[in-house]
Amino acid sequence: MRRLLAALAGLAGFVLLWEGYKLVGNPEGTVLFGTRVLPRADDLSMPHLLDVARRLGRPELAGGDPVWQVVLRACVFTLGITAAGFALGAVVGLLLAVAMQRFRIVERGLLPYVILSQTVPLVALAPLVAGWSGNLSLGPWPWRDWMTVSVIAAYLAFFPVAVGMLRGLQSTSAAGVELMRSYAAGWWRTLVLLRLPAALPYLFPALRLAGAAAVVGAVVGEISTGTRGGIGRLVIEYSREATSDPAKVYTAMLGAALLGLLVAAAVSLLERPLMRHRRHVEVATL
Amino acid sequence: MRKSRLFTAILAASALVVGACGTADTPDTPAPGADGALTPIKLQLQWFFQSQFAGYIAAVDKGFYKDQGLDVQLLEGGVDIVPQTVLAQGKADYAVAWVPKALASREQGANITDVAQIFARSGTYQVAWKDGGITSPADFAGKKIGNWGFGNEFELFAGMTKAGVDPGKDVTLVQQQFDMQALLKKEIDAAQAMSYNEYAQLLEAKNPQTGKLYTADDFTVIDWKQVGSAMLQDAVWANTDKLGDPAYQQQTVKFLVGTIKGWAYCRDNPQDCRDLVVAKGSKLGKSHQLWQVNEVNKLIWPAGAGIGVVDEAAWKQTVDISQNTRNQTGDTVLTAAPEGEAYTNDYIQQALSQAKADGVDVTGADFQPQTVELAEGGA
Repeated sequence: MRRLLAALAGLAGFVLLWEGYKLVGNPEGTVLFGTRVLPRADDLSMPHLLDVARRLGRPELAGGDPVWQVVLRACVFTLGITAAGFALGAVVGLLLAVAMQRFRIVERGLLPYVILSQTVPLVALAPLVAGWSGNLSLGPWPWRDWMTVSVIAAYLAFFPVAVGMLRGLQSTSAAGVELMRSYAAGWWRTLVLLRLPAALPYLFPALRLAGAAAVVGAVVGEISTGTRGGIGRLVIEYSREATSDPAKVYTAMLGAALLGLLVAAAVSLLERPLMRHRRHVEVATL
Repeated sequence: MRKSRLFTAILAASALVVGACGTADTPDTPAPGADGALTPIKLQLQWFFQSQFAGYIAAVDKGFYKDQGLDVQLLEGGVDIVPQTVLAQGKADYAVAWVPKALASREQGANITDVAQIFARSGTYQVAWKDGGITSPADFAGKKIGNWGFGNEFELFAGMTKAGVDPGKDVTLVQQQFDMQALLKKEIDAAQAMSYNEYAQLLEAKNPQTGKLYTADDFTVIDWKQVGSAMLQDAVWANTDKLGDPAYQQQTVKFLVGTIKGWAYCRDNPQDCRDLVVAKGSKLGKSHQLWQVNEVNKLIWPAGAGIGVVDEAAWKQTVDISQNTRNQTGDTVLTAAPEGEAYTNDYIQQALSQAKADGVDVTGADFQPQTVELAEGGA
């Protein structure tokens, strides 16, 4: 209840800030020494939030579905892409972390490249992935455009999981490891009984980051490859209408924000039961 | 031994995944209609479905391609999709691309040939406020001039150079977004606009002072066609290597016959074509799409030598500008004249005679553009 109130208060604060700035801000923006330090407050740059809300209710095109339906449908589409990318990224990240924990040489050899992978700009990567994937097929299933976008999402999502999980797997106390050794427990047993539970507190923040990264990857991937049906495509299509219908652009952005919230909520749902379990484990390992 | 089991399992699993991602077979070009089955063909467009591609959409939906034994799939573009690259990589059979950009890709090794110059004219404008004191490119001196960059700016630079304005020194160049807000907010004095798209967006926007839409009277349009610095735009490009194959040659002619019929249909039935584009799920409104069909028709018709024939003078002008006009960083589109078969009229001529034999008016000598009323937001 309290969290809900806090969330509402945050929203109200944002509305006040936005509309307040519109009220007092210079419509032409504030320019200091030739650089704009504060954005323009005119209706073309910052439409009233009420206008954006009204725009959600009006049809997208004359005689078409209302914008909120279109945006929601696009959200569901991109949510699917994000989920696939997130799952793939999380699995790859986990496997990498386990491999890196197990073999020092893998960690030394791989970790720099894992970090390097994230410095490749997404806009450079997306056309490349789209280029390779045109000739691929997954066994009997032909490659689909959305899979390209999922791969891009996974590429961003695997990184926090790999790094966070590695940290987690290495976070076990020396006493715990020695205890397992004194039981003659093998590597696999130590992993399952000791290291994985110990890594959980590191895993979930990493998964949250991965969720956010997957959303960004999916949206940017859609924009880049022009994949039809998702929120990224909607953002670019609506932003082309910014000249005559500025409120419409913000409806698509609202959709993208909603998507981020949905993914964050989904990760929290995953976290609850597992983290409750963790407390038992903690007692056992100490 | 036991320790490495999981690692082995991981390796095996990844090997499986990699193995499953096989390469799909790329079939050779079969002779179209040889065994009654339709030949699948992919055409890569430059952007999302919009009336700029109405002729191709109509040719698919009205069955003009099917009549030729072709099953044409239109591939939408995207922000980072470069049609001529998709074509050169063999992921599409044909591509629609602007001539200067395609020639630049050609110079970098893309093996492609212009087989039909669908748009005979350029649709690029530079739009200024009527009260801003700009009536010709010579007036750009000392003003803030918007341009899109990324190779879309050379008509503007050639026009300025021609008028004696040094694009590097005499004007302030501003990188322009895809919308026209910068002009409306008067951040720039003149903005780049396509006659069939961004210019219409201006006329769909409401003037906050009057509460009515802006009209053509509010703006001055500088049309590069009249300045003499226009470059050729939308053309159908084919794979040069495959053009050596008689089956692909035959298929190209058939594809062009369908394309000619599609564009002729849109000339005669702009409203119908607008509906076809809207039905494709375009997010731009109906009046905007009708405006676009009409403007695009103006870029094609009348077509003196027949739609799609490359005009040598226009080609030469495009290549000249590509080689000699420098942008603000001193780059030219091309470093040398295009080598090899950059364009050919062989296939379009065959296609034109076939279309004519089928009773299609391929020149549109008495084409009259419509007057399109734009609604707010293009709705």
